[in-house]
Amino acid sequence: MQQETSTSAGLMNRFEVTKRIVGMLKAEEAVIGGIGNTNFDLWATGQRPQNFYMLGSMGLAFPIALGVALAQPERNVVALEGDGSLLMQVGCLATIAMVAPTNLKMIVFDNGMYQITGGQKAATGFGADLIAMARGAGLAECAWAADENDLEEKFARALATPGPFLIGVPTDGKKAVATTDRDPPRLRESFMRGIGAK
Amino acid sequence: MLAVEGRGSVADAGWHETLIEVFKGAGISLVTYVPDNVLRPLIDGVHADPYFNVVPTTREEEAVGIASGSIMAGVNAAVLMQTSGLATLANVLASLPSVYQIPVVMVVSERGVLGEFNRGQALVAKTMRPILDSAGVDHCTIRRGDELRFMAERTILQALYTRTPAALILSPLLTGGKTIKK
Ligand SMILES: Cc1ncc(C[n+]2csc(CCOP(=O)(O)OP(=O)(O)O)c2C)c(N)n1
Repeated sequence: MQQETSTSAGLMNRFEVTKRIVGMLKAEEAVIGGIGNTNFDLWATGQRPQNFYMLGSMGLAFPIALGVALAQPERNVVALEGDGSLLMQVGCLATIAMVAPTNLKMIVFDNGMYQITGGQKAATGFGADLIAMARGAGLAECAWAADENDLEEKFARALATPGPFLIGVPTDGKKAVATTDRDPPRLRESFMRGIGAK
Repeated sequence: MLAVEGRGSVADAGWHETLIEVFKGAGISLVTYVPDNVLRPLIDGVHADPYFNVVPTTREEEAVGIASGSIMAGVNAAVLMQTSGLATLANVLASLPSVYQIPVVMVVSERGVLGEFNRGQALVAKTMRPILDSAGVDHCTIRRGDELRFMAERTILQALYTRTPAALILSPLLTGGKTIKK
């Protein structure tokens, strides 16, 4: 894939992108949403029973998704994460590259900041390139999306092609459009039923 | 120099084989870990056994995340670590397996006690049980080979029944622990 930095590409909106991604899911794919805005916007796209919303454990959206992917290898698992969160658990990219699950498709929303805690600039706002880091971790299929159409193309290919994928989404500074329910056992129950584990 | 040096007599040379049998009995087929020297026979054992899917991770937090995802998707999972790994987990244990009621099973090799040579490890060890207690994780400390199977089986069973994460702390009395090699 072509490499492009987040600063040279156009900024996309997290809610709009999440809506498009969820709209492309036709096979009861699991979706794991990371802490804060990421799962708030996932929630706002409609509460699919196959969605899991993480209320703490910052940085664990990709690891949780890896666990789901290993347990249910026949189901595609989509993971949505923020750049600050991925920076916190960036080692997980090396683990994922090593395990190479066929069914894990990851998206990172890079707004260059820790938006939900007040918009403090993250290292990604100073040039840290998460897609380059992922490539360095051994993930072959990783790229920045240039715009919404490019993103749809890349995501469609990820869904149709075995192997772990990471797509970087240069993201604007708009707030999330809703908040999730805050009842962890209920969120977990609903997810487990949604993916046939209960 | 100390006049007496620990030699770490092993209370139960087969402790790791027993744990592997207990894992299988509980349907625990995913094992994640950050390495520990005392746990080596258990780590080698799960790697060598095709029943297990084994994932080494870069941090214990990541390991708990993977195990949590797996359990929610229907495959029971265990996380292996040493005391210092557990000490990194307060936030993740409280905010993921405890509140979401995901019965992650942890096996912790107890460093920092009974002949520890590193003061840092000894201090880290003091944080372990307070972290587990305050984060809502059930735990037991296994010291004797003749109690190992019963304690491990029943603690895991209770974790699964009650949807509560649990830690099996393996005392040096069981494993032999680690001392300075001469
Ligand atoms: C271990 C830990 N440290 C700090 C926080 C506080 N915190 C919650 S969300 C967040 C920022 C997340 O940033 P990012 O993933 O980039 O998402 P954004 O808010 O920009 O959408 C922080 C620092 C936390 N919840 N957990």
